[in-house]
Amino acid sequence: MSEAHFARADEAPPPLASPHWTPKFVEPLMFDQSAERERAARAGSIGFRGVSKVYAASAAPALAGIDLAIEPGEIFGVIGRSGAGKSTLLRLINRLETATEGQVLVGGEDVGALNEDRLVALRRRVGMIFQHFNLMSAKTVAENVALPLVVAKRPRAEIESRVREALALVGLTDKRDAYPARLSGGQKQRVGVARALVAGPDVLLCDEATSALDPESTQSILALLKDINRRLGLTIVLITHEMSVIREICDRVLVLDRGAIAEVGLVWRVFGEPRHEATRTLLRPLARGLPEDVADRLRPDPAPQGRSDAIVELTFSGEGEPDIGAIAAALGGAKPRILSAQLDRIGGHTQGRLLLAVRLASSPNLSGLAPSSKVLGYVAADD
Amino acid sequence: MSPQMIDRLLHGLLDTLTMVGASALVALAAGVPIAVLLVLTAPDGLSPAPRINRTLAAVVNGFRATPFIVLLVALLPLTRLVTGTTIGVWAAIVPLSISATPFFARIAEVSLREVDAGLIEAAQAMGCRRRQIVRHVLLPEALPGIVGGFTITVVTMIGASAMAGAVGAGGLGDLAIRYGYQRFDTTVMAAVIVVLIALVCVVQFAGDVAVRRLSAR
Ligand SMILES: Nc1ncnc2c1ncn2[C@@H]1O[C@H](COP(=O)(O)OP(=O)(O)OP(=O)(O)O)[C@@H](O)[C@H]1O
Ligand SMILES: [Mg+2]
Repeated sequence: MSEAHFARADEAPPPLASPHWTPKFVEPLMFDQSAERERAARAGSIGFRGVSKVYAASAAPALAGIDLAIEPGEIFGVIGRSGAGKSTLLRLINRLETATEGQVLVGGEDVGALNEDRLVALRRRVGMIFQHFNLMSAKTVAENVALPLVVAKRPRAEIESRVREALALVGLTDKRDAYPARLSGGQKQRVGVARALVAGPDVLLCDEATSALDPESTQSILALLKDINRRLGLTIVLITHEMSVIREICDRVLVLDRGAIAEVGLVWRVFGEPRHEATRTLLRPLARGLPEDVADRLRPDPAPQGRSDAIVELTFSGEGEPDIGAIAAALGGAKPRILSAQLDRIGGHTQGRLLLAVRLASSPNLSGLAPSSKVLGYVAADD
Repeated sequence: MSPQMIDRLLHGLLDTLTMVGASALVALAAGVPIAVLLVLTAPDGLSPAPRINRTLAAVVNGFRATPFIVLLVALLPLTRLVTGTTIGVWAAIVPLSISATPFFARIAEVSLREVDAGLIEAAQAMGCRRRQIVRHVLLPEALPGIVGGFTITVVTMIGASAMAGAVGAGGLGDLAIRYGYQRFDTTVMAAVIVVLIALVCVVQFAGDVAVRRLSAR
């Protein structure tokens, strides 16, 4: 395992630490899994070298000049608006698409140079799960999960035991003889995960694997992915439109914009201080519930020149009352203005949200003003 | 209706069943591979081969465009080559098979084409070879459609087999024409029609049950 992994694990947690954030690669490993992890560590690296992809039909390239290294064992997120080239990037890894230019390397092997036998072998090391699950409707759950092994001509006893393990891993042992049509979306995706993992891959590709799921199923699939990433040490590359998915499980994130890399880096860095306009656009929905004019102008950082207003959100959930005098005093003569107030008094308790604009260059000290308070961002002052 | 006539009716039914049954088996055995080949060699297929695809499609269309009665006569030399005779039940089976095969192949092709591209992609992604995709994905997923198409083919063949009397093959249609039409024996005509309707109903019902079973899962 490379230095980079440990460096990443040592990074401080993001400032707005999600409850699901856990340091990676630092917990003790179980003995019997270390050999497996070491093998995956060698085979699970992915590299793009000057990769371009032009679909014959379209004039503009879907991807252009992509240089990228994905570390073995990391969970690597890919975001970008629709048509940015995310699926194309992912599909180049198992050569569902071929690169027009450049090289795609998996475990150090040039994917584009493989003959059919070697390509089949590579694909058996790279599992994939899909937005619409893509399960065979004519096969039972167990038959679906067994398929990668059946076509690899594994002995029957091995297939039997691996399918049992995979189904146990995703918690679907009791559904083994059901047909996919009888399963819920979340269960179908679990079958998809089991099928992708049954052959013991080094890499798992996920193209919007949770986009068709309800929040609860999404959570359970994410927990499952995180769990197998830690236990098996396999590299996961995942595309999503949900920023929360990236926050929750990814180590690093790549932002694609019109076929090029806008930025790539640790999730908390990229999300904490997005450098590219494309990233900011993608993150805007995080400012949900803000008045539109404010949301449009909201930036993660104060403007370097000129003056900015900090947008401060105070949330009251039953304890404490909004003390305007104390708030104004705490903000030290910065003349807080109320942008919006959605406060209610229910059974003697104040509930709701107070949104303030504060003319300040640096982060104001908000402690004690409300049960929960934070700076959502900054907007450049008009004057 | 005289016992003699009932005997003729049973005999005709047996002839029809033999002709349709044997030709249906040929159509099934030949039509599915042709359909698979058409789908695989299509421009967006797994092994695009434009020339093979165009040739095959042209042959299939050619046979489908030819009316059965013309085929029956035009194929006489081939029929003699295969069966050693140009009259009787077996002589009718050759043209009947050759007319039913392209018909069924096209229907099966449509079912195969309708298999979700995502499934084929998933199969490729898990390391399936083309042959394995056909066997484990395309055919099983298209099976309900193929069975439904086979039912339609058989029903159509029951109709076509009525013309087999032209080569002296007998069968229900022949009976209806010779006794009902040429000798104005409406009882025979009605009996034949009832038997034919019953036959078609049984085939259609069996096909529907099979399709429902297959797609219920
Ligand atoms: N098979 C194809 N043939 C031609 N053009 C394609 C093909 N697949 C994708 N493209 C084009 O390539 C570009 C990138 O597509 P891609 O599917 O990679 O985008 P994406 O980021 O995955 O989008 P989405 O979020 O909508 O899934 C788009 O402009 C698309 O129209
Ligand atoms: Mg996509």
